[in-house]
Amino acid sequence: MHPIFLTIMKRLGLSVLTLFIVSVIIFSTVEFLPGDFGQAILGQAALPDTVAAFRRELGLDLPLHVRYFDWMGGVLTGDLGTSFSGRGTQGLDNSRPVIDLIAPRLSNTLFLASFTALIAIPLSLFLGITTALYRNSIYDRTVNTITLTTISFPEFFVAYLLVLIFASFYKVFPSLANISPDMPLGELIYRSALPALTLTLVIVAHMMRMTRAAIINLLANPYIEMAEFKGLSRVRIILHHALPNAWAPIVNVIAMNLAYLVVGVVIVEVVFVYPGIGQLMIDAVTARDIPVIQGCVMFFAVTYILLNLFADIISIITNPRLLHPR
Amino acid sequence: MNNNSTKQKNGILLEMQNIHIDGYSDDQWHRIVKGVDITLRRGEVLGLIGESGAGKSTLGLAAMGFVRAGCKLVKGSIRFDGTDLNTISEREKRALCGSRITYVAQSAAASFNPSHRLIEQTVETTVRQGLRSENVAKTDALRLFQDLQLPEPGIIGQRYPHQVSGGQLQRVMTAMAMSPKPDLIIFDEPTTALDVTTQVDVLASIRQIVDQYHTAAIYITHDLAVVAQMADFIKVLRYGETVEDAETRKMLKTPEKDYTKSLWAVRSIEKEEKQSDDIILKIDGVDAAYKGKTKVLKNVSIVVPRGCTVAIVGESGSGKSTAARVITGLLEPMKGQVLFNGEPLPLILKGRSKEQLRRIQMIYQSADTAMNPRHPVRDILGRPLEFYLGLSGAKRDRRLLELLELIELDESFVDRLPSELSGGQKQRICIARALAANPELIICDEVTSALDQIVQKGILQLLLRLQADLGISYLFITHDIATVRAIADQVVVMFQGCVVEQGMKSEILNPPYPSYTQLLLSSVPEMDPDWLSDLLEERSAL
Amino acid sequence: MMSTDNRSTAAEVSQIKARRSLMENMLRGLRQAPPTALFGMAVIFLYLMIAIFAPLIAPYGESEVFPDAYAPWGEKFLLGTDQLGRDIHTRLIYGARNTIGIAIATTVLSFLIGGSLGLLAAINHSGWLDQLLSRIVDAIMAIPSLVFALMLLAVFGTNAFNLIIIIAVIDATRVFRLTRAVALNIVVMDYVEVAKLRGEKMGWIMRKEILPNITPPLVAEFGLRFCFVFLTIAGLSFLGVGIQPPTADWGSMVRENAGLIQFAEYDITAALTPLLPACAIALLAVAVNFVVDWFLHKTSGLRDEQ
Repeated sequence: MHPIFLTIMKRLGLSVLTLFIVSVIIFSTVEFLPGDFGQAILGQAALPDTVAAFRRELGLDLPLHVRYFDWMGGVLTGDLGTSFSGRGTQGLDNSRPVIDLIAPRLSNTLFLASFTALIAIPLSLFLGITTALYRNSIYDRTVNTITLTTISFPEFFVAYLLVLIFASFYKVFPSLANISPDMPLGELIYRSALPALTLTLVIVAHMMRMTRAAIINLLANPYIEMAEFKGLSRVRIILHHALPNAWAPIVNVIAMNLAYLVVGVVIVEVVFVYPGIGQLMIDAVTARDIPVIQGCVMFFAVTYILLNLFADIISIITNPRLLHPR
Repeated sequence: MNNNSTKQKNGILLEMQNIHIDGYSDDQWHRIVKGVDITLRRGEVLGLIGESGAGKSTLGLAAMGFVRAGCKLVKGSIRFDGTDLNTISEREKRALCGSRITYVAQSAAASFNPSHRLIEQTVETTVRQGLRSENVAKTDALRLFQDLQLPEPGIIGQRYPHQVSGGQLQRVMTAMAMSPKPDLIIFDEPTTALDVTTQVDVLASIRQIVDQYHTAAIYITHDLAVVAQMADFIKVLRYGETVEDAETRKMLKTPEKDYTKSLWAVRSIEKEEKQSDDIILKIDGVDAAYKGKTKVLKNVSIVVPRGCTVAIVGESGSGKSTAARVITGLLEPMKGQVLFNGEPLPLILKGRSKEQLRRIQMIYQSADTAMNPRHPVRDILGRPLEFYLGLSGAKRDRRLLELLELIELDESFVDRLPSELSGGQKQRICIARALAANPELIICDEVTSALDQIVQKGILQLLLRLQADLGISYLFITHDIATVRAIADQVVVMFQGCVVEQGMKSEILNPPYPSYTQLLLSSVPEMDPDWLSDLLEERSAL
Repeated sequence: MMSTDNRSTAAEVSQIKARRSLMENMLRGLRQAPPTALFGMAVIFLYLMIAIFAPLIAPYGESEVFPDAYAPWGEKFLLGTDQLGRDIHTRLIYGARNTIGIAIATTVLSFLIGGSLGLLAAINHSGWLDQLLSRIVDAIMAIPSLVFALMLLAVFGTNAFNLIIIIAVIDATRVFRLTRAVALNIVVMDYVEVAKLRGEKMGWIMRKEILPNITPPLVAEFGLRFCFVFLTIAGLSFLGVGIQPPTADWGSMVRENAGLIQFAEYDITAALTPLLPACAIALLAVAVNFVVDWFLHKTSGLRDEQ
């Protein structure tokens, strides 16, 4: 078997293992809920019968592993359980399945994330590569100081700064990004401009700094110096000698930052009241709506693991040592 | 062949005058090269020799008009074939470098781009600079591979760098340097990273190809015996200045400066052979392997007589350092035993008592990594005194000074950190640390190979004196035959994890030899300009 | 065979470094520090002073409530009051104490956990303990830290104690990774082998041989982790699940006053009120980053010239 195939299989196996452990961690958090939790959720007025039924529904009377496989089976078939909220104190049940809560918001969040990524990735690669090539120039130092400053800003600071300028002073964009799926694309972009801009500013700083470091690291290789001694032009050195070896580090930087982006949306969605999964999660946390939280965390973790898997596979298939084994 | 070059055979090709180069380190500029002149005619080979810090690499790059990052050319003119390299533009310099002046680096494995086939990299400059068409260049490259005696010259170009061995890669790099048919090649320590038996082949093919194409070359190395085979002229450098300049044979026969003579200092020590029947250490039938890997030691038995020095020689991968790890207990053997003073030692480190540990001490190749950079000499030497002998306070300090005296250093060193010591001083402190335990046996793992010749000599003499005074036994691991001659009583030759032979130095180093010992000993360059030619003749006759 | 010639220019320059005392080194370092680093150090110093002497500087009590809510900037209330009528100026000063204090406590705890486990894992390299710890850390790191923190806070409940423990545990995974990696570079050094051969105990080797050599990178990491922890806590408080009222804290102050931004047209000072605590957070993070950046540049010994 080709070693690349083997390596990729190993990497896939590792991802599945990680996913398994992550799901166990997420699931078992329920175990740590305080004893009077049912009462707390259903309210002080809840009848003891209702509380007992609720506990039974959560399966708190069954052994842990049985409940885990039950839950996991549900997750795999798209059933994330039922939300805690909306349960009546007197046994009336208006609660909704978690999947129905998450699904519509998922597409909103993915829209915002891809909108941002489309601007941020090309921009930061450009900045990262040019600053690496013109190291220690005025341009490099300026960009460096600016990005070092921006990575220190909390997302909500950037967000409110933008709101102050572009929504309060000059009413260019709306300060609330209340979108709905039936809006035309132009409207969607207009309304989510400020959240996307906030995320872009935060992410570009990180991504650009990492790209710069990766390129500088690459250029320190002796074969780059050799290419200089061979009298090759700068363009040739970059395109022919550096780039083929640069895919792995660059893709890694992109994956790391996309993962960061997915998390960054939580705060930005709250600031702009954007109807995404982050907002949903915060509401669930405040209400201690555990099934919804588990669903959201599962989504974030899967995205994170998939992005890293993707980056590693790119690194594997562009590695000449694996491509051309001895 | 380049007609132009044969026509003006005796014209001056490279003229460097009064070169001064500064380097930046520790927050300030230091002068690395201080006013060196080089004149090189077409077809000539100049050997640049010197120890670390002599500025030879920096000078080699300057011949191409380059200075490394962190260095600057302060003063001096560099004229290549009538062109002043200081005044031409970057573009013109690029056209010159890589086509008329080329470079061969020390580490071939790192200097080839892992992503491209060797043949593409070999002809890259030739094709990119439009010197020849791709087809012609590749045909030329195949001939070069053949001339350099690479195995399967037709196929090797299709391989990637990591698919080819170090010695072969070094030859491919020479082919890459030859491909544009340059007037001048800079060889920067091209064989330093290779084993001696591989080095011979690479040296032979480099010399042959330089002769055949009549290319001028600057050959940079720290090994005088190597440069003697390659160069018409030799320039000795020290601290960035020229020490001596002469034609090769003249330099070897009648060196004018003492410093030049010190370049083969180790070869001037010769130890009287000593015999003893009292065995201090015996390892018996040892097999060993690193976790799950193939065996690196196969049925190895070695005997060390008391008060004597046994040298283990072999190339990288021969298992000589592994043998040391088994003796010290760092690696548990799969089979066999280690006897110390006739008693079996526990095979793992944890099983050994403090007293057992005290009697066997070890000194490492690199004193830099063998001393904690954050501990001053006082702690480095003081800890074993405290740990093994329970000395403290004034007693400890007194012993500390005695130890320093033993290694010929004074009390001013007590509070220094390793970074405040020179290479030789560091190794002396490591010796003192071993002595602090009052050991019976010291294992020396390549203790001199990272040092300059004259410093090596000092260390070896110190070790000999300590043996005479204190009766310590040494197990001396080395790849250098000159060192063996200088220090050993007995010699063990190892090859691929097996002991080829063990015996008295006079037996092993004199004929008749088993075939591997023969190959190893004959591959060690000698201070004779004809050595390589004679050897090749001899080998081809077989 | 070994390469016996170090070709680096540093080696060709000087072999013996001159001895300098700690004090000299510090002064020398300060003199050569770039303006950004000096700025950073000044800001950090100022913040620490404010945090320590908060009760002396603040005009009112931390949660003293006045009858006039949303008072504008003026003489009585320098920066106005919030929705409950508490003095913003006072709460900003106390916020320094609470926010920074909790962030430092969390970072220290995270280093205690992550650092010691990382060291253990490095010494036990590829043994069962290392394998186990590394797998657990991998899994925890596969859940984005802010999201994980949110989940745990929902389960355990939001209070300062839980906040510190949860963030410290999550952040300890990063510290673990770094400590392990840095210590692994040291563990393979010959001088550690020398100590093992001498028969030294594990504890001694960790304390005397390894710890002094991994300190500089860990100090820099402490700065970075502090920044990260500080921003995470501010973020959580902003989301309403971090530091809880009535404790004055910058993150929640931003949230509580955020609505004022829309009045920018009528009263710019009102719109700036929620930005002040946000700005306080940003400024400290910038300052720490500037200092760490300089420190890393200095200790790595890497100067990217050209």
